[in-house]
Amino acid sequence: MTLQPDVSTSAGHNSHQPDATTIEHLRERAQFIRLETIRLIDIAKTGHYTSVFSAAEVFSALYYDVMNLRRGEPGWEGRDRFTIGKGHAAVGLFPIYADLGFFPKEWLDNYTRLGSPLGDHPDMRKVPGVDFSSGSIGHALSNAIGIALAQRWTGQDYKVFCMMGDGEMQEGQVWEAALFAAQNRMKNLIAIVDRNGFQLDGRVDEVMGIEPLDQKWRAFGWEVHTVDGHDIAAVTTLLRRLRADGAREKPALVISKTVKGRGVSYMETEPGWHLGWLDPTDAQEAIAEIKAQVI
Amino acid sequence: MNGPKSPNSWQYRGLNMVNPGLDHLSNGLIDLVKTGHNVVAGSADLQYSNGLNRFAEAYPDRYISFGISEQNMVSTAAGIATTGVVPFVATFASFLGLLTCEQIRMDVAYSAQPVRLVGHHTGISLGFYGTSHHATEDIGTMRSIADLTVVSPSDGAQLEAAIRASANWDQPIYFRIGRGRDPVVYEGGTTFEFGKAHVHGFGEDLTIIACGITVHAALEAAAAMNAAGRSVGVIDMASIKPLDRDAIIEAADRSKSGRLMTVEEHNVLGGLGAAVAEVLTDEGKGIRLKRHGIHDEYSLIAPPTHLYAHYKLDGAGIRAVAEEFLRS
Repeated sequence: MTLQPDVSTSAGHNSHQPDATTIEHLRERAQFIRLETIRLIDIAKTGHYTSVFSAAEVFSALYYDVMNLRRGEPGWEGRDRFTIGKGHAAVGLFPIYADLGFFPKEWLDNYTRLGSPLGDHPDMRKVPGVDFSSGSIGHALSNAIGIALAQRWTGQDYKVFCMMGDGEMQEGQVWEAALFAAQNRMKNLIAIVDRNGFQLDGRVDEVMGIEPLDQKWRAFGWEVHTVDGHDIAAVTTLLRRLRADGAREKPALVISKTVKGRGVSYMETEPGWHLGWLDPTDAQEAIAEIKAQVI
Repeated sequence: MNGPKSPNSWQYRGLNMVNPGLDHLSNGLIDLVKTGHNVVAGSADLQYSNGLNRFAEAYPDRYISFGISEQNMVSTAAGIATTGVVPFVATFASFLGLLTCEQIRMDVAYSAQPVRLVGHHTGISLGFYGTSHHATEDIGTMRSIADLTVVSPSDGAQLEAAIRASANWDQPIYFRIGRGRDPVVYEGGTTFEFGKAHVHGFGEDLTIIACGITVHAALEAAAAMNAAGRSVGVIDMASIKPLDRDAIIEAADRSKSGRLMTVEEHNVLGGLGAAVAEVLTDEGKGIRLKRHGIHDEYSLIAPPTHLYAHYKLDGAGIRAVAEEFLRS
């Protein structure tokens, strides 16, 4: 969570590389996101572990490094914004928001309980830190565009990040939004596709193929980058660079190649874990596995 | 010289010139900007149909061209609204009320963003364009969405008044407006208040509760019936949600015939008639209600005025339906 200087990237990529201490911190926060996800889903007894696990490094990089935010001030007008199309990964965002002081940590303990502001999908009316509500796949890029476009009439200066699922690429509205953002040269917009390869019914490429994804977005007028979404240093370097790039005259898209369920070995190989619950014994083993590895 | 020779020939970009009534939409928005409101407008490739081209000419930096992408338009408008800028977005009511219904529910109403949705060429006013362009379900879909205000002005003056009033209204609004060639109801202008009907009179024989383009026709019918000795009143229920329950209750209490009638350019299922029926049953009024409109069917193909006559939604038709109801 640092303020990035608004400079062109022509100085080169290396200037955006995080140092070893930062990388270690972001790794630790990604682990924290995974562990908290296991804890919260145990309260609900159902949840999307694997959708969070694929995105954990990107969440960590965005909220703990790349985005311009103020701790304890979720409504600060100058903040960078984040919208998410795969809203079912909100269980991995809520711990971050509590950690950043956007709402009391005690809220997490009642996750999904009667009257809790925290449900499976994020609600901007109930949860400080949520920049736009989600739950219906395909809307988030349009929401992000609106937030970015409004800078023309408010004079505020911020970046808008939007994470979409790869299955979300099947929604027609995404491509309406893609055309609009290119047409309007929305350089303050950075979208990320969490390319974890799976959707509810199975492999994305078998359910409804979306490749060649990079070529599609390029053809729609976007600047496209591909990154290993679990390489925290690479993710952070790329997102820092895209955030700081003042010369880009088009929206940017990052294809974040990830593994659905990354961190718990059997979740990585079994697509049925899109939705589930771990018995306490299994949860302990999953926690031990996450803690034992360096992602 | 190339091109048509006859002065009666016309091309699409001149359409707004034969739709002078839709100037009221741009007029209302221009007034809001001039009075210091941070308002922007957008349309899905229909600026010449809804007259927003005039707003776009006045404030090119405040106009957003969305192309033919209605869902993106609504969701983007919701994003804009999070920043305090108030977006008005317009397209045919048939597309806004149905194609983007879910974006309106999720991104606008549930997210409590004060977006102003303008569905124009509502009801069967697009005539022979056919069912794809008719909006006879949009009152039903929009009024069943929580926290969404629904307004159906009866003419341009009332639309302008409603746009002015919207500056002090926090909820998102669905404006259901006609095709711009609608007859004038309020010659000298009018006022508008959310949740308040414009009562043109209560009738002892019958009060006709109407909205949109049918208000003018209902007033014609009432005038003819009153001239023939009946006591017929008309309520312009432009504020469909919140609904003016008190006006409905008073109309019921003042009826000596035990009858009330609604008229709408909409399916009688789920529309204004249904909303009025809900109030009457809630209040235990025990009164007969004739719901006049489109009776759960898809319209024939015809020019609009022919359709209004066919479906008895013009003055003569409403009078005929009302007389038959009073005799029954």
